Amino acid sequence: MLQRVEHELHRRRRSRNIGLLVVLLAFVVLVFGLSVVKITQGDMMQGYDHRPRASMLPRDPNPPAPNAGPVAAPGTPAAAGGPDAAAGGQP
Amino acid sequence: MANINAYEGPADAGFGDYVALLKPRVMSLVVFTAFVGLWIAPQPVNPFVAFCAVLFIALGGGASGALNMWYDADIDAVMRRTAGRPVPAGRVTPQEALGLGIALSGLSVMMLGLAANWFAAGFLAFTIFFYAVIYTIWLKRSTPQNIVIGGAAGAFPPMIGWACATGGVSIESLLMFALIFFWTPPHFWALALFMNDDYSKAGVPMLTVTHGRKVTRRHIFAYTLVLAPFAIWLGFTSVGGPLYLAVSVVLNALFILGGWRILCRDEEQAQADGYRVEKRYFRLSLYYTFLHFLALLLQHWVGGW
Repeated sequence: MLQRVEHELHRRRRSRNIGLLVVLLAFVVLVFGLSVVKITQGDMMQGYDHRPRASMLPRDPNPPAPNAGPVAAPGTPAAAGGPDAAAGGQP
Repeated sequence: MANINAYEGPADAGFGDYVALLKPRVMSLVVFTAFVGLWIAPQPVNPFVAFCAVLFIALGGGASGALNMWYDADIDAVMRRTAGRPVPAGRVTPQEALGLGIALSGLSVMMLGLAANWFAAGFLAFTIFFYAVIYTIWLKRSTPQNIVIGGAAGAFPPMIGWACATGGVSIESLLMFALIFFWTPPHFWALALFMNDDYSKAGVPMLTVTHGRKVTRRHIFAYTLVLAPFAIWLGFTSVGGPLYLAVSVVLNALFILGGWRILCRDEEQAQADGYRVEKRYFRLSLYYTFLHFLALLLQHWVGGW
């Protein structure tokens, strides 16, 4: 026979289950919201990985001027084509 | 026939019982002081990050409350004020309280580290350790100065809030610590004066039990005197200002006056009028911290010195 009697115990269990559901959903919303805030703020999200990386350095306020006369690597088409080719390969 | 109505085992806990394990009333003080500490700090914090940080500080406080209820279930069962708590009432097993406390401790520290910074997270971890191990397990049952030590745990939240924003400690946050630290003993000793039998039955060495009420009255007055300069000093730092200073001077004058009145009474007088002065002093002490931190918040809003 199927029991359909509602016991006080079931009521308490339901309150626990619903409560846990609400808490877990709230936690998901919280972590999502934190991610959005941290990414839009542009916080440093990468940790130090025992190896210096250029992306971890603070941005240089006075970056060096771009090289006026770049030297092409030997053996590339730019190296063979003279100054025009070295400036970007355009004829 | 098997009948589910015949179930006579330990009662299943409802959701509210787990919330009660986190001591929501203590949490409200933690939330408020941590929020003020975070908000009045010189570095602005994104409101959502601030909300999360305060939430996780409160959760850490709740976790230490659950650990406290796990360890103190035997004391709580004896005292009238605490006999209805979930563990002594049999709705939650001590193991569940321990598990919830440890899990929430880890979660709150990790999440505070991710939301704010790892200095604040370490600070929160230390606070939980301090309250659960140093206060609850070690000193609460062994020294009548237990309240003073426990007060330190309650005084850390504004410092953690400040650390969330600034990543460090400064004179302002140390003075906020001192404000709660020196306020806690007179607050609880006033309570102990009119709730005495509870603590003596449970065997907790309260000052009223070990050294008598005369000494307790002297201690209350002495602590109000020590507290006042720290509270007023905070008014001269970068977070202070004329509004805070005015509020602080009035409150400290009232607090010292209340302490003096308690000092001048003896037990017969107190019993004759049902501890009226002590109860009034206890209520004043609740307003004392609340109004100090509210004044800090308003002072920040209108601008300081």
